[in-house]
Amino acid sequence: MTSLRPGRSGPPDGPSIRRQSPRYGERAVMALLLAAGALSVVVTVGIVVALLFPALDFFREIPVWEFLSGTRWAPTFADPSFGVWPLITGTIWTTVIGLLVAVPIGLAAAIYLAEYADPRVRKVLKPALEVLAGIPSVVYGYFALVFVAPELLNDLLHVEVGTYSVLAAGLVLGIMIIPTIASLSEDSLTAVPQSLRQGSLALGANRMRTTLRVVFPAAISGIAASVVLGLSRAVGETMIVALAAGTQAQVVSSPTTPGQTMTGYIAQTATGESTPGTLTYNTLFAVGLLLFAITLVINIISIRLVRRFREAY
Amino acid sequence: MASIGAVATAPLRARKAGENSPASIGFLVTLWVAVAVAMICLLTLLVTAFVDGYPRLDGALFTRYSSRVIPETAGARAAILGSMWVIGTTALLAIPLGIAAGVYLEEFADEQRWYNRLIEVNLQNLAAVPAIVYGMLTAGFALAIGLERRVVLAGAIALSLLILPVIIITTREALRAVPAEIRQGSLALGATPLQTVWRQTLPSALPGVATGTILALSRALGEAAPLLLLGGLVFVSYDPNGLMSGFTTLPIQIFSWTGQPQEEFQELASAAIIVLLGLLLLMNALAIIIRNRYQRHW
Repeated sequence: MTSLRPGRSGPPDGPSIRRQSPRYGERAVMALLLAAGALSVVVTVGIVVALLFPALDFFREIPVWEFLSGTRWAPTFADPSFGVWPLITGTIWTTVIGLLVAVPIGLAAAIYLAEYADPRVRKVLKPALEVLAGIPSVVYGYFALVFVAPELLNDLLHVEVGTYSVLAAGLVLGIMIIPTIASLSEDSLTAVPQSLRQGSLALGANRMRTTLRVVFPAAISGIAASVVLGLSRAVGETMIVALAAGTQAQVVSSPTTPGQTMTGYIAQTATGESTPGTLTYNTLFAVGLLLFAITLVINIISIRLVRRFREAY
Repeated sequence: MASIGAVATAPLRARKAGENSPASIGFLVTLWVAVAVAMICLLTLLVTAFVDGYPRLDGALFTRYSSRVIPETAGARAAILGSMWVIGTTALLAIPLGIAAGVYLEEFADEQRWYNRLIEVNLQNLAAVPAIVYGMLTAGFALAIGLERRVVLAGAIALSLLILPVIIITTREALRAVPAEIRQGSLALGATPLQTVWRQTLPSALPGVATGTILALSRALGEAAPLLLLGGLVFVSYDPNGLMSGFTTLPIQIFSWTGQPQEEFQELASAAIIVLLGLLLLMNALAIIIRNRYQRHW
């Protein structure tokens, strides 16, 4: 076709582009690449199926309503009870305490790094935050159990907590998600164009006002998304709460008491002997499905937040 | 003293709006305190682990197996070898798949197609799914195909699924940083799109891909939650010797030792933490070296 068009250079009777060899190999490779891309969807479907089937077996014996509204969680007792509320209160306490630590510190660190820090200071602080982000959660769990509960809370701050408490677990959970919130928020603060800052300073505002009234609001979508991502990590974190929050599933009413979270229950029961097909084994998947549903909702909110409030500069 | 008003307002303004007003200084001090708290936490954590674990950082830690009863002479041999087996297998599974998916999404996927948008949103979601859920998926999958849950292969599958979204996302970022001119030049010289990716784009993006991949693997090395769902795995007293061999890993061993009541086990746990942090440091250093030496800026 194109090779026959007048004025085109090149031999008119040479091999046309159309008649080049049909490259089946390339087609196959493209199909493989598409398959690799599609694998992520397969994984999601797999998660839903893997959680749903044992959970359905569970809900055939225990009505969904009883599971969601019951206030006593004792699946392995002689008189078993399957109310998930105690696990939810455990998760809420550790998550809220974690966010109370991580949001102020993370945002302050982000503001400092993006708006105030000297480039040389930044060069030291950013890798330090990355180190904090790279420490495995089981190490944080050890830290909560061996240092935060006995030494920091009991000896130094004179807060009476036992070996296990949602307070110690929540505090360390907060430390763990500081880097998540700090680095994502810093990214969105740095993305705010310099002209906005200059405009504000030219109108006589000082750096604090410029930061709080101009830069911060301009970056709010990214900051909100970072907090929501931190929330999702706090809800799903397992090792810290499994080690430091305790294994008593009770409705938690005070931060100094032990409590079990949804992930803590899954970790505890999974490490014990649980045979596939039994009711105890299926409770894992019922709780897992609830956990997955909660984090899914949080993630969707986060993706929406970024999209809705994204300011194009 | 003619115009009292002017004299009074000038310092007032400076106090309210200047860089050195109390509010400004207070704000900056608050920021400093927050950063200091974060750094103190990091230091305390590292110092605690080192002080507790240093006395137990001996030969026995590397050569002996774990023990239920005698913590004084127990070691993490099985866990260290198990971690290497599982991470090695994870790398073999996750790296090719992750890079292939990243290349597809960044270079070939037509964003207008509904299935490509679905993959996109789905990927963002998967990156934030709790790690423990991947363990449940793997346990269910192993049960469905009749694979023993407690073997290296099952552990590697769980960790691969966990880090796959991370590898895909970093691959895409590295590919995006390659300037369009390189692709256009290659295509103009008659290379097919696939040859362009294989011979030009991917090699140019390789340092970025390698850095992101090593960081993803170091995340897998430290992760214990998904492996807990594969059952037992705690007191393994033999070397893993294949994909179908039972195993334990360092994070799981640390978890199990930390949960024991005796103080000797806690010491052992902190010694194992030092080993784990040392391995992670090595991997991170490797990533930084690759980033600094080979990354090109266009």
